[in-house]
Amino acid sequence: MGFREYRVGSILFGVALSSSMVITMYMPSLDISGVSSTATALEKQLTYGRNSGFTYGDLFLHGADKPVKVILKKNPVTGAKMDETAAYVFTAGTSFPSGLKHDNILGEKVQALSVSMGKMDQAAEATGGVFLVSSKVTNGVETPYVEFATATRGWGVDATLNAASETILAGAGKTMFVREGCWWCHTLLPEQTHDWQSFGRPPVLGDFNGESPTTFGSDRKAPDLLHVASRNSSVEWMTLHFFNPRLVQPHSIMPRYDYLWGPKDKAGNDIDLAKWDEEFVAYRDGESVYPPEVPEYADDSEIRYLMDFVMNLK
Amino acid sequence: MIKYLFAKEKDIPGGTAAIFFSFSAIMWFIIGTGIGSFNAAKLAFPDWFTHLYALQFGHMRQVHVHAVIFGWIVGAFAASAMYVVPQLGNTKLWSEKLGVWNCMLWNVGLALGLATLWFGMTSGREYSDFIWPIDLFIALAMVLPLFINIFMSIVTRRTQGIYTTNWFFAGSFFMLIIVFLIGNAPEFFHLTGLNEAYMTWWFAHNVLGLLITPVAAAITYYIVPKVTGNPLYSHRVGHLHFWSIVVFYSTPAAHHLMSSPLPEWLKSFASVEGVLILVPAVAYVCNILLTMQGKWAMFVENVEIKYTITGVLLATPLNMQGGFQQTRAINWYVHGTGWIVAHAHLALLGFSTFAEAAAVYYGIQTIARRKLYSLSLANFHFWMLLIGFSLYWVSMTIAGLIQGAGKIYEVPYMDIVIAEHPYMIVRWLGGTMVFLGNFVWLYNMYMTVKVGEKLPEGLQPQDIAYAR
Repeated sequence: MGFREYRVGSILFGVALSSSMVITMYMPSLDISGVSSTATALEKQLTYGRNSGFTYGDLFLHGADKPVKVILKKNPVTGAKMDETAAYVFTAGTSFPSGLKHDNILGEKVQALSVSMGKMDQAAEATGGVFLVSSKVTNGVETPYVEFATATRGWGVDATLNAASETILAGAGKTMFVREGCWWCHTLLPEQTHDWQSFGRPPVLGDFNGESPTTFGSDRKAPDLLHVASRNSSVEWMTLHFFNPRLVQPHSIMPRYDYLWGPKDKAGNDIDLAKWDEEFVAYRDGESVYPPEVPEYADDSEIRYLMDFVMNLK
Repeated sequence: MIKYLFAKEKDIPGGTAAIFFSFSAIMWFIIGTGIGSFNAAKLAFPDWFTHLYALQFGHMRQVHVHAVIFGWIVGAFAASAMYVVPQLGNTKLWSEKLGVWNCMLWNVGLALGLATLWFGMTSGREYSDFIWPIDLFIALAMVLPLFINIFMSIVTRRTQGIYTTNWFFAGSFFMLIIVFLIGNAPEFFHLTGLNEAYMTWWFAHNVLGLLITPVAAAITYYIVPKVTGNPLYSHRVGHLHFWSIVVFYSTPAAHHLMSSPLPEWLKSFASVEGVLILVPAVAYVCNILLTMQGKWAMFVENVEIKYTITGVLLATPLNMQGGFQQTRAINWYVHGTGWIVAHAHLALLGFSTFAEAAAVYYGIQTIARRKLYSLSLANFHFWMLLIGFSLYWVSMTIAGLIQGAGKIYEVPYMDIVIAEHPYMIVRWLGGTMVFLGNFVWLYNMYMTVKVGEKLPEGLQPQDIAYAR
């Protein structure tokens, strides 16, 4: 080397690159980290758990290590009737999302309320527990917070699971959404400038706190799904569509997801995809009048997870 | 290759690592474009090949992207750097053995990474899809040795100054390590929310802006003066190019997320910086095209110049799109449509691929000291690549405009899918042409090394006539 100009150049290079990083990494991260969680962000964290991609708890993305969302119509302890309430059950050992583990994720006010009102600080991964998303109005401003119902109301994990009128495995479903690459074509991001009529309200700044990965997608080859279950709440239609989209939407280019049904259907019978395909081709070519029946999926099948995730997008 | 892994440094002929990298890059190009063509077929005919569940679109899309980026694009960069840097420094590669090991680790790491992606093991973040153990492997076992080798070859050069090409090689591979480690930090440290989303695109933007675009440019800075014999038009404009890349190209990452709820100041800042990308872009294109003065006949007659200048000419629409499509006024129309897919392919399959193909053609001839086996086959490859790419780019641009119109007028989505169908077929045909052309290329390169006419002492490939 030995040239003064290269020494100067190297220093300038370092200065230029570092200041670029300060402006594009450090400053935005300060700004974004200061954002307060919305109720949506709290619900998403409690539904999806720690991480929906590759993690220690779920190396092969089978949807393990995830909380369970349940709908309660009666109090799990007393059995008394109550308004429909969504509760998020973390069985012992299930990893907590970032917001429950670190005090800088939820935003100052939400964090303070979650501790003072919600007793969130008493929760531990090793013992698990039941969580709710609650809110408090102060001076006309509603602030959501995480409530650790096991501490505040005495709701145990088993009691809550037993009292559930509906069990939604959307946490495991989001792992399927990531693994199967749904987000390569379906965005979860209605755009601010349009999309309001077709796809509904765009997300706001605080809707993502603690969620990872956000998978809102960049390339839209298919409809946005952020509020899909509000547009189409038919489980039957969705089931047919997942099995073979061409059954309900002849021009669709979506791949079939029939293999997510697994080897057995709900009644325990074997699923023969090759035979199904033969019958479908016959139907498509006009040789038979009716398409083959789509098997009912088993409760622990991967398609059930994915269905629960999609039907939970409201 | 195996025998050189454990040979003594002095027993390994100069250029071995570059040759290995060249051929493995061509192989990955064939694999990557083959998968791309298959994916495109699935988008045109979704019920074609129904029961091959191993090749599901949602699993194969990212395999295509990473096979092409890390296998072909960056692999060919490594190949080019490993023979260009020693030639410019009038020296040998710092360590030929490290280069051979680097190539071996590169192929092993990439195969491993692609297998995990194929299997569904992903971080769920676009462009940084690899799971973090693979990320660490890429940074430390693939990119770091490459940087050390290139940087040390520049340091131990036997010429006085450092030529433009080498600024970019040294700077870009260094920045790649930083970009790679910081860009994947959300996985190492489990960062979440919009921070994670923003850093994902910070990575995606900078991997293009600080690696792929400048290194492809660096290659053309070498090939054009070397083959035409003209000196570079302006060293100073080269300075402008280099420094404005570092300053302007490293800052607009947020323009990939214009429609997401990021802070508005960040989006506005990124958008303005994004237009300023035109500074290095225009400086670069002018510099290279002016270097061609008086030698334009070579654009027709010489294969390397034909590829290089085609790449540079494709950089013009690339930069004009890139500078303006990210402004709010245009982005709301084209965001998330096929237009962007076309733009990405213009950058990688247009500009970069043409520049690198030239470098690989030229590199294999100079290292093996043999003249190109067949000009006709090289021309055939050129036209397969150019026509295939053009079909792809034009069809996807039109599809994107249709999609954009459908998006802002809120047309039922199914109608957009139906309207796009013909363009999906054309894109598949274009991609398949690129894929098939690459086999011809591989054959031509293999035959060049084996039976190409030997270059007489003291002459370069461009100095003697084509044999066939």
